[in-house]
Amino acid sequence: MKVSYYPGCTLKTKARNLEDTAIGALAVLGVELVELPRWNCCGAVTSLAQDDLLHMLAPVRDLIRAKEQGSDKLVTICSMCYNTLARANLLMRNDAEKRDALNRFMDEEPDYAGEVEVIHLLNFIRDEVGWDKLRAAVRRPLTGLRVAPYYGCTLVRPAEVAIEPAVDATVFEKFIEALGAQLVHNPGAFDCCGSYQILSHPKQALAASAELLGKAKNKGADVLALSCPLCDYNLGKRQNELVADHGLESKLPTIYFTQLLAVALGLDSSLCHFELNHEGTRSLLEERNLISTVAV
Amino acid sequence: MRHGFAPGRICSHWEDQMRILINGRTVDEDFIERVEEISEQNIKRCMQCGTCSASCPMEADMDLSPRVVMHFTQMGLRDVVQGANTVWICASCHTCEARCPRGVDLPKIMEAIRLLTLRKNKDAVDPRQLEATVIDEAPQAAMVGCFRKLTA
Ligand code: SF4
Ligand code: SF4
Repeated sequence: MKVSYYPGCTLKTKARNLEDTAIGALAVLGVELVELPRWNCCGAVTSLAQDDLLHMLAPVRDLIRAKEQGSDKLVTICSMCYNTLARANLLMRNDAEKRDALNRFMDEEPDYAGEVEVIHLLNFIRDEVGWDKLRAAVRRPLTGLRVAPYYGCTLVRPAEVAIEPAVDATVFEKFIEALGAQLVHNPGAFDCCGSYQILSHPKQALAASAELLGKAKNKGADVLALSCPLCDYNLGKRQNELVADHGLESKLPTIYFTQLLAVALGLDSSLCHFELNHEGTRSLLEERNLISTVAV
Repeated sequence: MRHGFAPGRICSHWEDQMRILINGRTVDEDFIERVEEISEQNIKRCMQCGTCSASCPMEADMDLSPRVVMHFTQMGLRDVVQGANTVWICASCHTCEARCPRGVDLPKIMEAIRLLTLRKNKDAVDPRQLEATVIDEAPQAAMVGCFRKLTA
């Protein structure tokens, strides 16, 4: 099966570990992620001003590229891209006046009315692969690894683009269980890590990050699974500061859900680019004999 | 608990430093209208329950809590609201929006108040001030998101 795929800027550079494992793992599951031609940055955040249509152009152009590919579905992996594209898509579907204004503004593009469905990879796996097929494909079950899911903000808010309704969401949990890992209930699963405020108000963002990591840690998690490169930066790469200055008692490695998938499917761990992760991620998986020790 | 639910609190240093005058002449109707127009929200819907402030991950460091921003915006106190750091610390996480019992989309109101400053070509963050290691390591999503929200 082939499906249109929007990578976004971060997956091409600082989150290669997210993209490469997704493409590799999906290939094993019989799915080819077909990257959009001529995609552009989605803008990372949605414009919340009702009189600002200009910032809708970028995500809508990406949706038009998917329609041009003849697709009715567009898969994304980065949580922020997912949110931005899904919200722009809803605007084009539901607001006739703004849709017309945007279509007229982009008169070099074919008209667009929200025909494409924006799908996050977790939901795509749930609906198009299915938990049974995923379980059957696992070659190296993550037995004994205590994994806490972290949805963050942009997969579940606002409600109209939530991959599943926040309070009752189970897709991440079922994904973790299908890989044979031990699911850890995470009371901070929907908390905010401080997002882009890491650049302008780092102290506040790091405090929010430390608090939510502490919640998963207290439940006995070995590792926090996530799908957002910005969350991974705040929670993973800046984690030493959380321990040093923000009261996080001990470290908690972070990992992209696609890396867990790649490991469980038995893919070569070089594909996982653990050098881009939290420093403890690779050693945790080595200790548990889930990946082989490699000389770096 | 780091974020105590304190409905009466505005913020400690605010109380120390400021007295706020409210009368017919301090109500800036234009401010109220502009915020409502840009956000497409009816700010009178807010009943001051404080659920937003109690839910906000950034509230501890805000000059005015989200509830108080709502209150002072209802009262048209443009300078007080625009002079506070609240809208610049907000991370647009939508937790308040998800929980507000009155259906107020507070992130849109925060954005409207930010834009009333940004549209005067005033930036709230200077990209040149970022440390080199941060520029090297931070994901594009952080840069693009931050500059989209906090620069003109
Ligand atoms: S949660 Fe809603 S109604 Fe309650 S104070 Fe905040 S904005 Fe007002
Ligand atoms: S959207 Fe802003 S005000 Fe609302 S809870 Fe999040 S950080 Fe606080």
